[in-house]
Amino acid sequence: MSAGDRLLPRLLAGLDPGGEPMTLAEHVRTHGELPMMAGQVLIEEVAHAGLRGRGGGDFPTARKMAAVAACGVKRRSRGGPSAVIVNGSETEPASGKDRLLLSKLPHLVLDGAVLAAGAIGAPEVIVMVGGNERGALRALEGAVVDRAQDPVGVQLVGGPQGYVSGEESAVVHYLNAGVALPTFVPPRPYERGYRGRPTLIQNPETLAQVALIARFGAHWFRELGTTADPGSALVTISGAVRAPGVYELAFGTPISDLLAAAGGTSEPLQALLVGGYFGTWVAASRAVGLRLARDDLRTVGCSLGSGALIALGQSACGLHESARVIDYLAAESAGQCGPCLHGLRAVADSVAALAEGVASRGEEARVLRWVGDIEGRGACHHPNGAVRFVASTLSVFADDVERHRDGGCAARSAGLPLGRDRPAAVVSAGRL
Amino acid sequence: MSARLRVNPIACKAHGLCAELLPELIRLDDWGFPIIEDEPIPPELLDLARRAVEVCPTLALLLEDDRED
Repeated sequence: MSAGDRLLPRLLAGLDPGGEPMTLAEHVRTHGELPMMAGQVLIEEVAHAGLRGRGGGDFPTARKMAAVAACGVKRRSRGGPSAVIVNGSETEPASGKDRLLLSKLPHLVLDGAVLAAGAIGAPEVIVMVGGNERGALRALEGAVVDRAQDPVGVQLVGGPQGYVSGEESAVVHYLNAGVALPTFVPPRPYERGYRGRPTLIQNPETLAQVALIARFGAHWFRELGTTADPGSALVTISGAVRAPGVYELAFGTPISDLLAAAGGTSEPLQALLVGGYFGTWVAASRAVGLRLARDDLRTVGCSLGSGALIALGQSACGLHESARVIDYLAAESAGQCGPCLHGLRAVADSVAALAEGVASRGEEARVLRWVGDIEGRGACHHPNGAVRFVASTLSVFADDVERHRDGGCAARSAGLPLGRDRPAAVVSAGRL
Repeated sequence: MSARLRVNPIACKAHGLCAELLPELIRLDDWGFPIIEDEPIPPELLDLARRAVEVCPTLALLLEDDRED
């Protein structure tokens, strides 16, 4: 238990995980009225808070808002407004936090979206959610009806759910042309996005944090977390823990505390996947001593990404699980860029061969060469995340590669969530 | 001001002409797609770089000025 414990929960305050979405009245009782503030004041407060995007990009939120606002000023002289998109696609199979926010605490996210729209001078907010996420869509529909007083219009869109369809340029492409595929950038959405307008695209958790910063200020925000990583974050933990789910914690919290909060491990761990399928495997012996902060995670070459962690128990085979994941990521390539389409398939087939113990002698070296060749060569970051995952697989499970060469692997499947078989709902949500 | 080559990976269809013309800066990966040195083009190769851009059948190869920012 950390000292910041009594300061939590923030985002998840008043949450009833199994119950109905929080109503507007309950939301105002929990957090207070939504303050209306001048755009520049809000952007400065968010800058002082040090908030970074929680969709995985880690980009300073205030800088993004200021960039869109600046493009919007130029653009308005030519008569066009800017736009805000809430990117609730959450196509990462190991993450459930955005679904939780949108389906249970929609007003917190909408507060942030409305504030952001005011700050950049956007007359409209578009909330993009996976089309199958009925709980989130239903909660948002109800919330929008209750918010007729909002100064901006809110439009809900149920979008496609492929892994890359949540990528920023793919979201804009889908809204503009009905095609959920990434585009070649620049122009980036902040310059030319929805209907050609300067567009602010933010993750739901980021906007929920904005809603709290507007109410309580940057100083309050920094009472939790570290100097470099202030505030709280939502983390989705699954795998070999007794109470998988979404947890709100302060940045800087030790991973061991997170595991304890998630009911403890259900068996001894061999590794943790940090950052979801775009993330990195870390051997359990190293992972438990780490804190969830960029400084610490960088020492093992990973980042928290959108906050998804998977605990892999010792009874599972890391190589087989990783082979399934990279096979999934290869299949989820948008198929537009050659190095991603052909390269990830080749890498996935090789990792499968290593896992099945049928690889030829040079297989590992070949995979590593491909990893180097593929990185940075797609229009979006899909191939980069995929090859990073593979590089960490070969490093953390190097002994397994040797063992599989001799044909030996009796481990059972850990059943990591993949695409369509991802869990339908987050079963529990708590706090540290 | 210096310039560098960049490929639009969505437009590129692996014709490979660029690597034929400019092996000093462009090699092909195992699937025939160009891997471009991410560094300013030496002055003596600038003409070849312009030709490579011109002959790309899908207009996927771009010559971009290095931006200050």
